[in-house]
Amino acid sequence: MKSERTRSERKLAWMLCAPAVLAMLLVTAYPIVYAVILSLQDVDLRFPDEGGFVGLSNYTAVLTSDLWWTDFFNTVFIMVVTVAIELVLGMAIALVMHRAIFGRGVVRTSVLIPYGIITVVAAFAWQFAFAPETGFVNNLPLISDEMDWFGGRFSSFAVIIMAEVWKTTPFMALLLLAGLVTIDGQLYEAARVDGATAWQRFTKITLPLMKPAILVALLFRSLDAFRVFDTIFIMTRGALDTESVSILGYNQLISRLNLGLGSAVSVLIFVCVFLIALLFVRGFGAKLEEGRPG
Amino acid sequence: MKSSWATRALVCLAASALAGIGLVACGGGSDESGPRELTFFVAIQPGGTIEEVSKRCSEESNGKYTITPEFLPTDASQQREQLVRRLGAEDPSIDIVGMDVIWTGEFANAGWVEEWTGPLKQQVTENVFSNVIETASFEDKLYAAPFNTNTQLLWYRKDLVKQPPKTWDEMIEVAEGLKEAGSIQVQAARYEGFMVLANALIESAGTEILSGPEEVDLEQGPTEKALEVLGRLANGGAAPPSLSTSDEDTARLGFEAGESAFMTNYTFAYASAQAEAPEIGKVMGFARFPRVDANTPSKPPLGGFNLAVSSFSDNKDVAFEAAACLANGKSQKTAVELDGLPPSRSDLYTDKVVTEAYPGFAQLVKESIEASGPRPTTPAYQDVSLAVQRSLHPPDKIDPEDTESVFDELKENVEDAVKREGLL
Repeated sequence: MKSERTRSERKLAWMLCAPAVLAMLLVTAYPIVYAVILSLQDVDLRFPDEGGFVGLSNYTAVLTSDLWWTDFFNTVFIMVVTVAIELVLGMAIALVMHRAIFGRGVVRTSVLIPYGIITVVAAFAWQFAFAPETGFVNNLPLISDEMDWFGGRFSSFAVIIMAEVWKTTPFMALLLLAGLVTIDGQLYEAARVDGATAWQRFTKITLPLMKPAILVALLFRSLDAFRVFDTIFIMTRGALDTESVSILGYNQLISRLNLGLGSAVSVLIFVCVFLIALLFVRGFGAKLEEGRPG
Repeated sequence: MKSSWATRALVCLAASALAGIGLVACGGGSDESGPRELTFFVAIQPGGTIEEVSKRCSEESNGKYTITPEFLPTDASQQREQLVRRLGAEDPSIDIVGMDVIWTGEFANAGWVEEWTGPLKQQVTENVFSNVIETASFEDKLYAAPFNTNTQLLWYRKDLVKQPPKTWDEMIEVAEGLKEAGSIQVQAARYEGFMVLANALIESAGTEILSGPEEVDLEQGPTEKALEVLGRLANGGAAPPSLSTSDEDTARLGFEAGESAFMTNYTFAYASAQAEAPEIGKVMGFARFPRVDANTPSKPPLGGFNLAVSSFSDNKDVAFEAAACLANGKSQKTAVELDGLPPSRSDLYTDKVVTEAYPGFAQLVKESIEASGPRPTTPAYQDVSLAVQRSLHPPDKIDPEDTESVFDELKENVEDAVKREGLL
């Protein structure tokens, strides 16, 4: 039985939410629905008189294309490698930030600098650094002066991944730090009294208690990494099989103006992102609301 | 009336805020007295040609119109991206469009640019190279006034090579035999410049990529000969280390650094070398783009810009007049003087401005444009270009001894591309 009061509170809550819900519907739901509708049609801006409803044939075209699968695995590869490296580095940085005794504010701010730099600018900086003619990297010891980093698939991937890791590790570190500060210091004291080593304290206390924060951090970064675009676009434009699914979508939508095919790619990217989120939330039990122990 | 004005002002305000530009471009009501305001969207030219010709034509119009240039980036793909976004949304704030030669079919078929007819058509095509008129036309209708054109020459080092090579095979052989600077600079990163190279080789071999907007030609024998040249260059000793990421600028830099005896590049390379590397500039020779087949004259690349009137402009009548002025002989002379851009009018090649900009090679530039093999004209140009780039990049994947598999891939991809099928 709901009382009069709860009912009116509920009504008020809805009214307070309404502007936000409306804004979300306008800026999120509408484009998504529109993209789905476009993906079921043959729409090409260059051929305004042609087109019409074509059912799922755009999806068939995408999913039977070698290109989609090459780009899909490229994207997964970049996502897994960058997120794994970021987790390790981010954890180390989070521990340092947590332990920093003096200059805490300065340390935390300076770690965040790469994250504050626009991705395109960062990508250009890394590209110039690795360019054979103008970069300094080839002048470093142990690296051949003739090395053409963007002339090979895996050397290109290496630079792309380094740039991505450099740029987004601070974000990972910050998310992990948020989890780290919630751990009760008394647990460590008790463990120390019981004679636990530093490694044991890390693996038996820090990691299990941080699991929710780690999962959330991994989820956020994976979703982001799956949509990687800027860095690749600047560095290789997808040449030498370094293309990601986002670049594939860009080529169909912006270069070819083939809105049907391009929207199908976009919708499939959305589905992939959704599945990644589902895997984390259902499969690993990530709790999005808060870093509460699951 | 009032609401449409308000909407437009709002859209303009939002667009300006987003683009970070001023409100200058947002005037242009047709019922006002005083000069009509025209906006000219065009690639930026570092020498200041666009500002200069816009100013001159505005003055010459005697208060009929004023032209405000809006600059697009230097990269052709980025220029097109900004234009198609606006034209696709039927943006009335564009009056005159600076169109790259390869966009004509696409923009015309989409109904974004207006056809030129009558005496103005006569005026803007007078004395213009026929290949250039072809790049401004689609289905026998003219959609733009030719402004500047461009072509690639073979640049070589006179101190290393006595006679410029006639063919690519000969050039590769000579380069591979040189003790120093034995490389050939071309454009082979995966971008439009690579399409330019591939198209020039295929045309020079005696065939063409398309014979009509939707008809694939690519005759097997000549196409394979062109692929053989590309494969031989990429897999041999004459390939610079960063061949598969090279563009016009890296080619120029490599040549100016003294690393290469040969380079195929646009006319800007000469003035650049004189300014940036005078030692190399002094010994810089020029010749026609090399042949693929020893007995067939080469068909060098053709670039440049044509000026079109947007179908969404509120000022089409004066925009045609303004575009005709922006593209006239006087303007073309400004372009060659300030930015070294070759005129599209053949009668200007004996003019002092041109012979001074191209000392000793003005006639060669003219011949090269006359003989050029333009890239295909089709509304699906982007698809065709992407298909060619995907099939042939990186060029070292082409085995010069066995070009058939790459040929099959190329033909299949181009056939899909003109039908606009599949992913690219």
